Amino acid sequence: MHNKTVAELSKGLAAGEFSSVELTQHFLTRIAEQDTKINSFITVCEDDALTEAKAADEKISAGNATPWTGVPFAHKDIFCTQGVKTSCGSKMLDNFIPPYDATVTSNFKQQGAVCLGKTNMDEFAMGSSNESSYYGRVTNPWGENLVPGGSSGGSAAAVAARLTPAATATDTGGSIRQPSSLCGVTGLKPTYGRVSRYGMIAFASSLDQGGPIARTAEDAAMMLNVMASYDKRDSTCIEREVPDYTATLNKSIEGLNIGLPKEFFSDQLDAKMQQQVQNAINELEKLGANIKEISLPHTELSVPAYYIIAPAECSANLSRFDGVRYGHRCDNPKDLEDLYMRSRTEGFGEEVKRRIMVGAYALSAGFYDAYYRKAQQVRRLIKNDFTNAFENVDLIVGPTTPSPAFGFNSKGDDPTAMYLEDIFTISTNLAGLPGMSIPGGMVDGLPVGLQLIGNYFDEARLLNVSHQFQQATDWHNKAPKNCL
Amino acid sequence: MSIQREDVEKIARLAKLQVNEEQLETVANELSNILGLVDQLQAVNTDDIEPMAHPTDAVQTLRADQVTETDNREAFQKIAPATENGLYLVPKVIE
Repeated sequence: MHNKTVAELSKGLAAGEFSSVELTQHFLTRIAEQDTKINSFITVCEDDALTEAKAADEKISAGNATPWTGVPFAHKDIFCTQGVKTSCGSKMLDNFIPPYDATVTSNFKQQGAVCLGKTNMDEFAMGSSNESSYYGRVTNPWGENLVPGGSSGGSAAAVAARLTPAATATDTGGSIRQPSSLCGVTGLKPTYGRVSRYGMIAFASSLDQGGPIARTAEDAAMMLNVMASYDKRDSTCIEREVPDYTATLNKSIEGLNIGLPKEFFSDQLDAKMQQQVQNAINELEKLGANIKEISLPHTELSVPAYYIIAPAECSANLSRFDGVRYGHRCDNPKDLEDLYMRSRTEGFGEEVKRRIMVGAYALSAGFYDAYYRKAQQVRRLIKNDFTNAFENVDLIVGPTTPSPAFGFNSKGDDPTAMYLEDIFTISTNLAGLPGMSIPGGMVDGLPVGLQLIGNYFDEARLLNVSHQFQQATDWHNKAPKNCL
Repeated sequence: MSIQREDVEKIARLAKLQVNEEQLETVANELSNILGLVDQLQAVNTDDIEPMAHPTDAVQTLRADQVTETDNREAFQKIAPATENGLYLVPKVIE
């Protein structure tokens, strides 16, 4: 059952092949037996999931079901779930039980989907390896000494290990696409403003976006149908009709113009990776696409620009954690200053504190223009590169990551070594464009992702091209050992 | 850009974070590395380029000045560390 896709499970439930309770119990048992090795879940919601499953079975029998009714999935532990702990991978929120649901959460509840639990993540979504979680690191199901990527490492690993058919995730600098690439699954970061951020714990408000991780483009389309909605409670949410993303999956891609950014194929890219990505591009050509070389000249600047903008925004967003209204409070604060200092110092991990400090510095008097304003100007140059490219091509394709999954603790003591993992994904966030990673090949037995970047609100096309690729290839069906 | 210990002390105060004496050096180096990465931006010509704060340059949407939310104080305060009579308790601020 755990090898079935969301689409197959949905049909199976409707046809009465199995009940939601059976299905949910199956996944809960798998999680109990196998997640100790992977650590992809922070909270498993056994009782709630079975209650939701029973309610779903009733709806299905009564003929009131939607495609998601009774289908199990998981939420990244960054989405507020009313009454259910939401930690954001941090000690700061270890005791946080949200009094409300995120919009993404309530969207799934309205469909009658079954939430198996909350997945592990890098603390406050800051990281590319899921090594910084307060709840311990996540192991890539493809190798016991390998990282799953981050920050949505738990979601990607859980889907790859077939512990859940699908999971929600978030992407600020690559946090959906990079772990999807390293875990051999399909992940999509929608256009900025497509998915409501209400109740999605904020890291960098102009970059964060929620999106799906699943094993196929069809499943990701089914997830996006639920996740995307106009929400007045998120003032950055764009009011725009949500199409049925599954309706256009089967369109032919004959004549589609696809651009390959020459900057993505530099010598930073592992030679074997390059070969796999080239093979994948050849498949797209066989499907009728026209491949052209394009240039995104400011690509190299995306990492430095991001590492000013994201920390600056994070320092503002994380200033709400002060031990007063919720979250961690230090014992016996002697005065207000002590309350703030110790609650925050005890509650946040090292990477989070580093980024808060970088952000505070970049925004401080005397440095704002040199750092933050400068980065915002470079951001516009990066966006302009894409605007220019999209005059000549419909879609952009390239690698998702410079290499396949790497070992734990392999990036050394310099934090910037980890930051370079995001070189191919960050510019998409800076520009606010939609981006996807799908399994595109294997290097030395490890999955590698193919990245697709679309124009604003062109998610349907990304999903269509990915689906066509997945009809012609079977990388997305490969599973880690012992997970089938 | 090289960050010194005194810079770290100042930033930490701004961010309301404690950095111990022993950690000051390490943190200064880490922050210097990050800011070193960022210095590449200085070499780029950005004359006449408008800074970009939002991916689609959207502006704040407005709504009618009408009450739409309900009073959820009890639910919100249930998870607070310390409250009394609907107020959040903190150490004495005014001497």
